Amino acid sequence: MNRTTILYAVLLALALVAPFGVYPVFLMKVLCFAIFACAFNLLLGFTGLLSFGHASFFGVAGYVTGNMLRDYGWPVEFAILAGVAAAAILGTVFGWLAIRRTGIYFAMVTLALAQMVYFVCVQAEWFTGGENGLQGVPRGALLGVIDLNNDLSLYYFILAVFIAAFWFIHRTVTSPFGQVLKAVRENEPRAISLGYNVDRYKLMSFVLSATVAGLGGALKCIVFQLTSLTDVHWYTSGEVVLMTLLGGMGTILGPVVGAGTIVTLQNYLASGAFASSVPIVLGFIFVVCVMAFRRGIVGEIHAFVKRSF
Amino acid sequence: MTEHGEYMLETRNLSKEFRGFLAVDDVNLQVRKGEIHALIGPNGAGKTTVFNLLTKFHMPSRGQILFKGRDITRAKPSDIARQGIVRSFQISAVFPHLTVLENVVVPLQRKAGLTTQFWRSGKALEALHGQARELLDWVGLADMADTVTVELPYGSKRALEIVTTLALDPELLLLDEPTQGMGHEDVDKVVELIHRVAADRTVLMVEHNLSVVSRLSNRITVLQRGSVLAEGDYDTVSNNPEVKAAYIGGQHAESA
Ligand SMILES: Nc1ncnc2c1ncn2[C@@H]1O[C@H](COP(=O)(O)OP(=O)(O)OP(=O)(O)O)[C@@H](O)[C@H]1O
Ligand SMILES: [Mg+2]
Repeated sequence: MNRTTILYAVLLALALVAPFGVYPVFLMKVLCFAIFACAFNLLLGFTGLLSFGHASFFGVAGYVTGNMLRDYGWPVEFAILAGVAAAAILGTVFGWLAIRRTGIYFAMVTLALAQMVYFVCVQAEWFTGGENGLQGVPRGALLGVIDLNNDLSLYYFILAVFIAAFWFIHRTVTSPFGQVLKAVRENEPRAISLGYNVDRYKLMSFVLSATVAGLGGALKCIVFQLTSLTDVHWYTSGEVVLMTLLGGMGTILGPVVGAGTIVTLQNYLASGAFASSVPIVLGFIFVVCVMAFRRGIVGEIHAFVKRSF
Repeated sequence: MTEHGEYMLETRNLSKEFRGFLAVDDVNLQVRKGEIHALIGPNGAGKTTVFNLLTKFHMPSRGQILFKGRDITRAKPSDIARQGIVRSFQISAVFPHLTVLENVVVPLQRKAGLTTQFWRSGKALEALHGQARELLDWVGLADMADTVTVELPYGSKRALEIVTTLALDPELLLLDEPTQGMGHEDVDKVVELIHRVAADRTVLMVEHNLSVVSRLSNRITVLQRGSVLAEGDYDTVSNNPEVKAAYIGGQHAESA
């Protein structure tokens, strides 16, 4: 057994007992955002593309899943799949339009497209509930048997999906495809001259990232029985950037740690007298992160461990 | 058109304009099969730009490019490699944070079609390690296989770059200043390597070091301010008064 295996075993054990010590809804929120951030990291950390429109995938998947559950009575598994599929389709459209641009232009195109999605969501009240959000989504029952209204059952379901998503991202990054992404990130002209049509691989990565981001949004809708305009707002796109950077982009665990830290901070601040200061605190963290420790929490720990042993 | 048979690569009136500035002006190149053809000329003559045009990193403003008689003027850059033309870059082009072995696996996995499988384990690539090690062995880098490439000495990086290119078994190799910035020993090694590479391939190379050019090339084209100044074998070109003047005017008399 190597150190990594032990680390994951400990984390899994902690995750299994956590809901007995911590409020399960809070834990589920962390897991949903962790999935979102892991998906985002595939694009930012492992493909080198900064999307500023990922909230679209997160939010739209939530709306689709919510509608399917509430208004069409779909089983929860299929409702989630529908949400994920919607994110994949939307991701293909975004990716296809944005992938030819590089750097800041890429970020701008994704932001512009996401703003369009946001305004459509504001208008399409029949689908999104407008300002009120899509409320009263039933959680349903897993396989028609396990009642997800029980927070504990839902938690274990979401934990299982999270583990699958985490494994999926890890697999992608270490797969032959992941190796191509690495080569493209390291030296794009060289990859082209070796015959790689790099846009194709970037597009694939974008779609995979959007799809998994959608999974996070679909689950979040089930946990809170609600998807609102906040979920498609650029603020949420920014949040996932922050989670990824804070945790450590390009590290496998970083986004999970980042999501945990940010969600914890939000909950902590929102319950106190500082509710309105959340954006300021997050902004401050962002600045410190960019200026002082660029590798993020997990990246810095990696570097520290490397130096010391 | 019988003469097409003997040319691996041909350009016709190849030109490139950058916002009104003619970097490449009406260049007609003919690279014969199996030869080492050198493209020389002072700094800023347009040599790298010609390479960028040939590999479609830039679109020509005018003119045509023929590879084995086929028009490739409109091909996509990634298709160029698939057709059999692979280039190296003036600034050493390796994947710095991949291991030496992984560098060679990158082109091999493309040929093997192991590029889009995001669901497969990375172990699938191990099937290519044998072939990669053989290639590394060929340039004497087998011992360094697991080294992270940034840590390689400069000369070895260039050798790695060439062998990465060879992994695709190209018919035509474009080398942009393969000996630039090297000491004598490394230069000799690379010259020997190019010599071996060219045994069953065509090579077009840009090179400043005239002793390398004289040792390796069958044919030389001299470029100046974007257009062809002279062409021929080493003796013809080096005795051409215009070339002499251009080289005395420039600062490249050093290794002549
Ligand atoms: N992308 C570009 N945009 C504008 N001008 C360019 C571009 N690429 C090259 N040039 C110009 O074209 C001319 C030829 O450049 P090129 O790099 O081809 O020269 P070179 O012969 O390779 O020189 P060197 O020996 O220094 O490598 C130069 O004047 C350069 O400034
Ligand atoms: Mg050059």
